[in-house]
Amino acid sequence: MFPEFGQFALVLALLLAAAQAVFGLVGAQRLDERWMAVVRPAVAGQFVLVSAAIGVLVHAFVSFDYSVLYVASNSNSALPTFYRVAALWGAHEGSLLLWAWILAAWTLAVAAFSRNLPASFASRVMGVLGIVSFGFLLFTLYTSNPFERIPLENIPADGRDLNPVLQDPALAIHPPLLYMGYVGLSVAYAFACAAMLEGKLDQTWARWTRPWTTLAWCFLSVGIALGSWWAYYELGWGGYWFWDPVENASFMPWLVGTALIHSLAVTEKRGLFKSWTLLLAILAFSLSLLGTFLVRSGVLVSVHSFAADPSRGMFILAFLVIMIGGALSLYAWRAPLLKSQAGFTGTSREAFLLYNNIALVLAALVVLIGTLAPLINDALGMKSISVGPGWFSRSFPYIAMALLALVAIGIHAYWKRGRVGESRNRHIIGFSLALLAGMAVVFVAYGAGMWQSAVGIVLGLWVIVSSLFDPIDRWRRKLTLSRAVVGMTIAHIGLGVGVIAIATVESYTLERDVAVGQGESVVLGRYAYRFDKLEPVEGPNYDGVRAEITVMRDGRQVAVLHPEKRSYWVQRSTMTEAGIHSRWNGDLFAALGEDLGAGRWSLRAQVRPLINYVWLAAGLMALGGALAASDRRYRARQPAGEGVTDNTVRAA
Amino acid sequence: MVFIALAAVLFVGVRRSPDKSVMVSALLGKPAPTFHLPVLGEPTRTFDSRELAGKPWVMNVWGTWCVECRDEHEVLLAIAQQNRVPLVGLNWNDQDEDALVWLERLGNPYSVVAVDREGRTAIDFGVYGAPETFLIDASGIVQYRHVGVLTPEIWEREFLSRLPRTGLP
Amino acid sequence: MNVSRSLMRTGIALLLSGLAAVALAVDTTTLPDEKLQQRYEKLTHELRCMKCQNNSIADSPAGLAADLRRDVKEQLIAGKSDEEIRDWMVQRYGNVILFTPAMDASSAWVWLLPGLAALGGLVIGIRIVRQRSKLVEQDDSEEISR
Repeated sequence: MFPEFGQFALVLALLLAAAQAVFGLVGAQRLDERWMAVVRPAVAGQFVLVSAAIGVLVHAFVSFDYSVLYVASNSNSALPTFYRVAALWGAHEGSLLLWAWILAAWTLAVAAFSRNLPASFASRVMGVLGIVSFGFLLFTLYTSNPFERIPLENIPADGRDLNPVLQDPALAIHPPLLYMGYVGLSVAYAFACAAMLEGKLDQTWARWTRPWTTLAWCFLSVGIALGSWWAYYELGWGGYWFWDPVENASFMPWLVGTALIHSLAVTEKRGLFKSWTLLLAILAFSLSLLGTFLVRSGVLVSVHSFAADPSRGMFILAFLVIMIGGALSLYAWRAPLLKSQAGFTGTSREAFLLYNNIALVLAALVVLIGTLAPLINDALGMKSISVGPGWFSRSFPYIAMALLALVAIGIHAYWKRGRVGESRNRHIIGFSLALLAGMAVVFVAYGAGMWQSAVGIVLGLWVIVSSLFDPIDRWRRKLTLSRAVVGMTIAHIGLGVGVIAIATVESYTLERDVAVGQGESVVLGRYAYRFDKLEPVEGPNYDGVRAEITVMRDGRQVAVLHPEKRSYWVQRSTMTEAGIHSRWNGDLFAALGEDLGAGRWSLRAQVRPLINYVWLAAGLMALGGALAASDRRYRARQPAGEGVTDNTVRAA
Repeated sequence: MVFIALAAVLFVGVRRSPDKSVMVSALLGKPAPTFHLPVLGEPTRTFDSRELAGKPWVMNVWGTWCVECRDEHEVLLAIAQQNRVPLVGLNWNDQDEDALVWLERLGNPYSVVAVDREGRTAIDFGVYGAPETFLIDASGIVQYRHVGVLTPEIWEREFLSRLPRTGLP
Repeated sequence: MNVSRSLMRTGIALLLSGLAAVALAVDTTTLPDEKLQQRYEKLTHELRCMKCQNNSIADSPAGLAADLRRDVKEQLIAGKSDEEIRDWMVQRYGNVILFTPAMDASSAWVWLLPGLAALGGLVIGIRIVRQRSKLVEQDDSEEISR
């Protein structure tokens, strides 16, 4: 009986979403106060109902209700409670419900924080979000009902267990964070559509939109980083990015989202790039919807794919076409309004941000090409191809390099007229420092590797150094450092750190796959990994073996690693848990392969320099973004309609 | 510019229908690889695929370790009953004893079972996951490959439809 | 209901067969010659495991991957070139077995498009900057400092 309440709640939520959309958009059009007044309660109601649905499903999991098909497929009596809850989003139906819930939550936040926006605008934003909600809830109810029941006679005695791959703390929070990012981009989309519907797009609009978009971007950054980190320590290959279609599906919105937050800066400061900003907002949202589509339609094969089902694919596709087509039509309609007469030179800040926009969109395009190429070839009847990491690693880095150089230089650019001469010193000092330090790293610390890595390290250092000039200058002149400036600096430094880390890891990783017996060692550079012993190990729903590997460096012991190999009973699958020791300059990594008999095992041993800085970098970027988004000027209660009049020294 | 973007979206979209979770065989329209393998249960006998030249035949790749092979077994038995075409089994990466026990317990739909212990023939056929079923025509060309459980609907729709109309033994 | 149920089971089975084998495969194969060893490692990382389709045959624990690795090793020892081995694989499994698309008619566009797009981006950038530079003189909006 009880799970049906969940389904019923969703149906009600669907109706409320429809109400939210209709009353919001039509009410704003007609400037009807009473209609618009319906919207906020509808939003709140929707949130409550979807929360209730989630609550019902969580209860079903926690109470081992195997009459619910979704629970039976993803849970088990031996599954620890924490994972029983996380199993909610472990497969398609539940993860959609999570999407819907997060959407309801963001909409609620918009409702709460938009009281100082003009009523018609706020209604429109929530109305558009209502359409998105409606689409997702409809999709869930129609094709992917998590509350579907198993007929009484077939109820299994125990569930099929959550995929062991997913039984991990990082992976438990990876989807919610990622969805916070994806869904947050729909808020940017809603703001864009609302502006187009209003027929008014100005600097004030940009100021409202920025914090929301930046925050979404922060979540996306962390979500992606978590996924990468998890892949590294859980999947056992010691790799952290595979250019897998679903990884790409999260990376593309991130790239476009980055362009969007920078484009919004220009729109806010100078009323420029309105077209760019609108299109980027639409693009970012489309890419996140596209990501959803790719994972669930069976169109692409990936480690991440949920169960393939063409009917789901068609639905999402239709939804995508409607949302994007609609937004683009709005854009076409309003395009004439977006012209501005502001000017800028080729070396101005605006220009650099323009190049930035182009480069980021280009980067996203490259990823898109690689991801969709097999599909396109197939659709056009051409010979089937497949595009793997080899292609991406030969295509993507060059755009990234161009982008990094632009960042390092553009940071110093002045608005409107560039005034290159004034910042010439900074460019020279910055670049020289970076070059020297980079060369030191490459030749002294690590030795020669791929040239791309050397370039990457220099560029990363250059970005970091460049980012520091302005804050240090302001500090020396005893000027206030606003959160926006600090945030921006931290984020850009994060970018530099990330690039250096990636460049280093790609060139200077040491790796060997060998067969070892007890007492034998594997040598990697200055390290020796000695296979000491193997003992049995048991967990709540698995058993296995655990090896002890002692790592020596130059003869002295530096770490003991404990890689495991686990057999999960229910799904009868085997998982590798890598043994990792993290130091300030990198990781020592070991993973067990197979039992080769006679006490010998195959072992993957790796030395991964600086790898943790990849994820640290993402954390820095997110921190920077969050700081910038919480800058005073966004939280000030300025009545709507007031432009930006404060011209004191402030960051982009 | 707007319309280009929109068109791009739609274009890619419309074509998106094919379900891509299953690979299309690289051998379609090409001659089936020949093979010469031991026969299951008859240590002195070998089977050469060229023995079947001149008439269409079907090859089913299976193993006792394969859960879905178990699922499709009844369907194979029914197909064997129809006796439209020879059904050859390719026992892939398996143990002879297990395979014999399996066929004994569940019934043997195959006119002959070739044993591919090292997986070389399966690889020649581009097999990647059992069960797979191939239709080879009278001139030895691969006409169709199905990956996954064979059902009566698929048998009729994809296999029977490709057999020539003229009467067959 | 039956069809969708079996579809789902197939989907789950496929999914599980793919993900269940997420356990690592550590390939400890050694070849007699250092150069051959390097080629072996390169090739086995370039070829996709058709069963666990997001792994190379070097990393995949599937039985098929082990068989394919054996084939690569044998062919290397028999003196085949990298090209010949790749072709041999493609002949059986289609282009999808290659992680990096070969440079031929059907995939040339994939390699060329990024470069073309970059050029396009450059052109757009230049045009916009030219247009805006002209406007700078007429533009009397305030100059905001950094």
